[in-house]
Amino acid sequence: MSPARRYFAGGSDTTRSSAGAVRYGAGLRTLSVATIAVMTIALALVFFWAPLEAEQGFLQKIFYVHVPLAITALCGFVLGGIFAIAYLRTRDSRWDMRSYVAIHMSLIFGVATLITGSIWAKGSWGHWWVWNEPTLVSFLIVFLLYATYQPLRFAIEDPERQSRYAAVFAITAGAFVPLNFIAVRASSAYLHPRVLGATSNLPWQMALTFLVSLLGIVLLFTTLCKYELTVKHTRMQLRALRRLAERREDVTAGVAPTSRPRSAAPGVHATAMSANPVHPASGPASAERARRPSS
Amino acid sequence: MSATIPGASGAAGGSGHSGGAEAPGGAGAPGASGERTPAERNRRAGAAQPHGRTLAVVRALLRKELLVELRTLESVPGMALFAVTTFVVFHFALNRDSVDGDLAAGILWVTLLFAAILGVNRLFVADADQGGFDAFLLAPVDRSAMLFAKVLTLLAYLFVLELVAVPAFGLLLLGPSLGHALPALIGVLALGDLGIAAIGTLVAALAVQTRARDLLGPLLALPLLVPIVIGGARASSPLLALGHSSGPAVRWLLTLGLYDLVFGLIAFALFDFLLED
Repeated sequence: MSPARRYFAGGSDTTRSSAGAVRYGAGLRTLSVATIAVMTIALALVFFWAPLEAEQGFLQKIFYVHVPLAITALCGFVLGGIFAIAYLRTRDSRWDMRSYVAIHMSLIFGVATLITGSIWAKGSWGHWWVWNEPTLVSFLIVFLLYATYQPLRFAIEDPERQSRYAAVFAITAGAFVPLNFIAVRASSAYLHPRVLGATSNLPWQMALTFLVSLLGIVLLFTTLCKYELTVKHTRMQLRALRRLAERREDVTAGVAPTSRPRSAAPGVHATAMSANPVHPASGPASAERARRPSS
Repeated sequence: MSATIPGASGAAGGSGHSGGAEAPGGAGAPGASGERTPAERNRRAGAAQPHGRTLAVVRALLRKELLVELRTLESVPGMALFAVTTFVVFHFALNRDSVDGDLAAGILWVTLLFAAILGVNRLFVADADQGGFDAFLLAPVDRSAMLFAKVLTLLAYLFVLELVAVPAFGLLLLGPSLGHALPALIGVLALGDLGIAAIGTLVAALAVQTRARDLLGPLLALPLLVPIVIGGARASSPLLALGHSSGPAVRWLLTLGLYDLVFGLIAFALFDFLLED
């Protein structure tokens, strides 16, 4: 039996999951506001306060978006691996969901990184793609590997096996991220000792702006992950409740077909749902109570 | 051909047990696995040497893999033929009669890599389709034994593949003669093969339970094998150059060795989780 199914099997588990939903949603507003505030400050600093770079001028400002995006995406990939380890140790499906969401969001951030990186490369070197920039190349390889995460995951039908295999992939790929960077960096002569690597020799205004941007992007990542987790969790909960309601409806229809006259077939579902307004907190328990005498 | 396959598939299905049963002392014909397992488990409970037994299981599994391959000839001839055909394709695609240096190293490694992926794709198919996994899981033996056996199997496949492909490459495409480069090249290839075998086995086990396994196997394997290609191609390009005075750079051999080691450990740590049901 899969953790996801076990999770929603019993009444007590279902109430636990509804308590979990409250926790998932909690702090989301504060986090969103903080993200918007920090991102606004960061963009204001980038455009109005940070000094222009001598060589590249205005173009260099993409650095404040591109590099934090890349760092966040890579950390998110590794984080997905760490969550996957937690899943394999505990077999708690919530860790699997966190791992999935971290990798999914990192993939989206990865696309943004590749696009901004391409723009920067076009602006400063005149080509959309440059092979002798090891960071760019290794990021592409990592991205191509993670692009197979979802095809792999959704090609496995059994939910428990899906989580387990996805976790094995996430750990392998998470370990691959640093190794790949070492290998690719060693392979090229590293022609561009640029601002990329060393934050230490930046002027302090630039460094501060960079750190604020990084904080903003990390907050954005966290907020989006939290939103996705909440949505996923709510959807799972809704599905479980709907299943309970359907089961209950079947039971009442089977036990007393004539005791409660019903008007028309299409309306049955709606009346059953509205007759017993299923509240997330009390719904499963009351549904359980309603089901018990008949079974 | 069609007459040999059913016999071989019987061996594939039953040998998880025959492998386990051979260790304590002889066993009957494979196939009657259902009745034998409980008795085997009882005997196992008294056994006291887990390491020696794992080694015996690995040996038995390896023997079964090689026997199945010898009887069906499903993977290795195909891989070798694919490599030779790819050299011909490269000749026409590049419109060159002979290559050397970087280009030669690249062609050799890309060809070996794709040929290896053919073998990787087929590595677990018989086990998944014909009950080999179930039979192995019923036997009370260390699950890592299967990893070791499969890695060794893949290494054997790669060895035979290179036995055909490298001389064919020297004959068909390579400009400078192969003789001088051969000893160092063998070393580089061996290091690369270790990595391909470890990663290939892990990826094959991941992909075999999915719906689109023929597609997912290569998609998963290629990015993971990029560092092997980097190390292998960079290390062998001076060997295949026209002047070939210098040996392979130690840096690349170290990269290859480190990568092999890390992925060997990762495969060892994670393989058990793929064999749980």
